Amino acid sequence: SVSAAHLLRLHQRFQLLDKDSSGSLRSEDLEAALSENPIGVRIVGAFFQLGQEMVDFPSFVRILAHFRPTEKNRTGDGVQPDPGTQMKCPSSVAFQLYDRDRDGKISRTELLQVLREMLGLQVTEEQLQSIAERAIQEANLDRDDTICFDEFRKSLEKVNINHKLSVRFLE
Amino acid sequence: MEAKLAPATGGRCCTCWRELTAGFHVYHKITIWVPESCLLISIGLIVGAIMHSVHEEPPAVLSSNVFFLYMLPPIVLDSGYFMPTRLFFENVGTVLWFAVVGTLWNSIGIGVSLFAICHIEAFGVQDINLQENLLFAAIISAVDPVAVLNVFEDISVNEQLYIVVFGECLFSDAVTVVLYSMFTFVAEMEVVEPEDVFLGVARFFVVGLGGMGFGVLFGFVAAFTTRFTSKVREIEPLLIFMFSYLAYLVAELFAISSIMAIVCCALTMKYYVEENVSQRSSTTIRHVVKMLGSISETLIFFFLGVVTITTEHEWNWGYILFTLLFTFLWRGLGVLVLTLIINPFRTIPFNMKDQFGLAYGGLRGAISFALAFTLPDSIGRKQLFITATIAVILFTVFLQGISIRPLIELINVRRTNRDVETINVEIHSRLMEHTMAGIEDLCGQWSHFYWKDKFMKFNNRILRRILIRDSRAESSIVALYKKLELQNAMEILDTVSGDISAAPSLVSLQGEKKESTTPKKTFMAEDLKNMHDLLSKNMYKIRQRTVAFTSKHALPNDNQPREILIRRHANIRRSLRHGSFQSTIPRSQKYFSLPTGQNLGSKYSSVRRRYADDHETMSEVAYPTRRSRFNQPKRSSSGAMMPLHMLETLKEVPSTDVLNESQSESFSKDHGKPQTGSSYSDSRFPTHRRHFNPPFDNNNGSADDLRNEDEAEEEQRRRHRGALRPPPSWAAEPRDDALRNPLLRRPQWNPKK
Repeated sequence: SVSAAHLLRLHQRFQLLDKDSSGSLRSEDLEAALSENPIGVRIVGAFFQLGQEMVDFPSFVRILAHFRPTEKNRTGDGVQPDPGTQMKCPSSVAFQLYDRDRDGKISRTELLQVLREMLGLQVTEEQLQSIAERAIQEANLDRDDTICFDEFRKSLEKVNINHKLSVRFLE
Repeated sequence: MEAKLAPATGGRCCTCWRELTAGFHVYHKITIWVPESCLLISIGLIVGAIMHSVHEEPPAVLSSNVFFLYMLPPIVLDSGYFMPTRLFFENVGTVLWFAVVGTLWNSIGIGVSLFAICHIEAFGVQDINLQENLLFAAIISAVDPVAVLNVFEDISVNEQLYIVVFGECLFSDAVTVVLYSMFTFVAEMEVVEPEDVFLGVARFFVVGLGGMGFGVLFGFVAAFTTRFTSKVREIEPLLIFMFSYLAYLVAELFAISSIMAIVCCALTMKYYVEENVSQRSSTTIRHVVKMLGSISETLIFFFLGVVTITTEHEWNWGYILFTLLFTFLWRGLGVLVLTLIINPFRTIPFNMKDQFGLAYGGLRGAISFALAFTLPDSIGRKQLFITATIAVILFTVFLQGISIRPLIELINVRRTNRDVETINVEIHSRLMEHTMAGIEDLCGQWSHFYWKDKFMKFNNRILRRILIRDSRAESSIVALYKKLELQNAMEILDTVSGDISAAPSLVSLQGEKKESTTPKKTFMAEDLKNMHDLLSKNMYKIRQRTVAFTSKHALPNDNQPREILIRRHANIRRSLRHGSFQSTIPRSQKYFSLPTGQNLGSKYSSVRRRYADDHETMSEVAYPTRRSRFNQPKRSSSGAMMPLHMLETLKEVPSTDVLNESQSESFSKDHGKPQTGSSYSDSRFPTHRRHFNPPFDNNNGSADDLRNEDEAEEEQRRRHRGALRPPPSWAAEPRDDALRNPLLRRPQWNPKK
């Protein structure tokens, strides 16, 4: 799915990140690379399945492959999430960035955490709360105070997620 | 007698046509089908016919100087200032590619082919040499898709196409002018050496990039200056115009591209200036820029019409027809080839329909005419060139201008999803952007997310600190949130104020409450629709990120909410003056806002408790159809505590009356909890609910709007971006309660989490 040249580059990158040359990356390595990113830890978290400590090169590539630009670039996210397979549609990748405990819902606390990370010191706790509250209200259709995956996708139906979540070079 | 008539006629004509044009807009149907430029030219033609029939000469006002120094800058400033920046920078490569390379392609292509047919004896134009042909071709290549942009806006064509057409127009003007000066120079030379050509090319780049550099420099200087103008608000617009024009003139002085300079100046300046200047200055600037640009453009088109009739034309069938042919041919070819080359670099490639829109949208207009008209007389066939230019302009404007709308609709060009601005979308978008920046980091590949991220960091850390007075960076999420809040509030305000003239009347609110229980659900749908309209109509932007489109030919309409605001504020000020809160109102007030650093929340927030108890007063208000012309200029200041005053006003008396500080104190004593700043955010909740959860039937009372409204006015000053102080008692509410009122909810808040 990823071309050979890209694989080579990714491998080089992998080796660069792998400080102790162990053949697999620990979360600290990745976090070091993403230290400046406000949600770096979260992104790293997405690389590791629950319980995993290390990620090896094939998994690394597989996860990055989620961000390939697809043919469906323009039609938005038409792919249904398939819980069984490894390949997820882009919006479920995004969803998982929120939902770290993988319970299928974005709770208010999770949303708050994300907001806090992204907005950081710019806003007060109260503003964060308001924003989170509003976000949940906007998206929430089943009155359960959380955002489930369907609601998430619905709120993003106008946005071309594929477009947003694709890194060109990974074609 | 005759001599006196000329200027008088001219003057009267000008006013007449302007009114006529305004009149045409009233009859909306016409403007849908006939672009404004057509109308202007037609009027010019009519006037020209009149003048011709009385043997008048058109006033010889359009000289090269007048055009380049007085008429061109406003047009370009108008375009530059209203360019949607975020969209532009996302597509900057494509835009520049099409503008620069496209114009070059067109000029050289048309020039060379015309030169080729010049050799054909039958046309009798052998005396036109290559340089002159190239010069003419350069003139003809300046696109001016004014009419097309209007159509694009109306049918919400996809953003990429829009911005490319818009940007191409702007920068092709720059390129054309550069080419024009270059070729004029060259045309007067007898022999052209190869090194001249090389020098010409080099000069081209120097001129272009130099113009950009100058523009950016002036933009920064202007932004820096506005940082210090807080005491002298009145001259802010003047500064802006002055710096833009200065950029233009200085660039002219150094013989670099003045159009580039002024455009880049406007682009850089806009972002920082809009944060520094007051609300009114901002509005003034926008309106004046628009006005000047409009005037200039209208004048040129009008003049075109007049000149068409009154000058001696030199018509040459062969040359002119071939010009037309080549114009279309080379534009079409150009678009095709250029798109082929650039599509692989684009995330969203252009499909054939886009390309058609792009090619067909290549109208010629004001700039071409002016350039042709001001050709130096040393060009032998000047008259022929003028005639040919006019022919091309008339043809493209009338034919293409009128037919583009049905054609675009027919081929169903991809439209844009004008996203309903929701907090969710904004949050998720930001998350995704961060994610992508992170992923790019991980991959070790840096593409535009990375650069954008880097630039934003640089911007926040350095540029904003220097250039903006109150430089706390504000996330777009927070900005959008506040904006949405404010809109909600304004909506309520709008509806309420429809019934309440000067002072919010308790009685009327109470009365309305009874009636209003039913229309709730229908209101939601309408609500949403209006909100969509409103949001898509391009309101005053907090940050460019929150709005994508800018209408090139219409300013966002912000009269009504503003008037409401002003009326309300006047009223509130009056009431407040009597009260002991006077101290909190700045003396020097032209604007109604808090003095720096003050936060009234601590004193008065508890007032809201009182209202909460009497929630009937503030609950549902009947919402008549909301007008969709909302334009609440949202500025990014925060926590308005002042609004609480109004609550008291509302509560106590239906009219402006005295507020006692003692009352507020007693309120404070009533409720132990220091509600310091939460009033702002509290009100938000019911609003959202109302909008997004149909079964919800709470409403903000006018209390909310006032609160927000005052916050809005406070934002005019934008002194304090102080964050709201978190109330210790903040807690999420159980959503199932059909709470009528935010105020009501307050007492129920218990620390749950």
